[in-house]
Amino acid sequence: MTHFVLLVVFSFFVSVVFGVLLRDHPRQQLRTGAVMFGGFIATALVLGWLLYFFPL
Amino acid sequence: MTTKSTAAERARGAVEPGTLVLLCLAAWLVPGAGHIWMGRRQKGVVFLLALPAMFAIGLLLHGRVFPFEFSEPLVGLAAIANVLAGAPWLLSRLLEAGSGMVTAVTYEYGNCFLIVSGLLNFLVILDAYDIALGRK
Repeated sequence: MTHFVLLVVFSFFVSVVFGVLLRDHPRQQLRTGAVMFGGFIATALVLGWLLYFFPL
Repeated sequence: MTTKSTAAERARGAVEPGTLVLLCLAAWLVPGAGHIWMGRRQKGVVFLLALPAMFAIGLLLHGRVFPFEFSEPLVGLAAIANVLAGAPWLLSRLLEAGSGMVTAVTYEYGNCFLIVSGLLNFLVILDAYDIALGRK
């Protein structure tokens, strides 16, 4: 498994749990989970590219 | 006309202290059991599937179930997070799984899955506790 796949799998599980934990209605849970999942992936990609331009 | 619920009204949904302890223990042992007990079946089933799956993935990625060594604070804290996973942690101890393979490229990912699984279960326990007290 690649690092990115592991990131996606991890983000999926955490988003599912938080979505269900924070909201009571399935539609809201799905929305919260999807937003969180997208946030995880987007943040990882942005940080990844920033580190490409500004290596530590 | 709708009115806001008062603290007294919410307290009516509260359970006995002994039952509350049992509820928290059940919620710890079986992720999601607290929610199922309180009638939130959909939430409970999702937790029951997701959290042990995260723990299992952590083991498959050669993560380590940390021992209680508080001479190294981070190891001790990781051990506490592992314990919070409940039955999956107990099973890993009984089956002597989770020794961890430091040389594996996925070692740190495995640790991340194992630790976060336990910490998420702790949030789930607290949520079940709040529901039992009538706060949610």
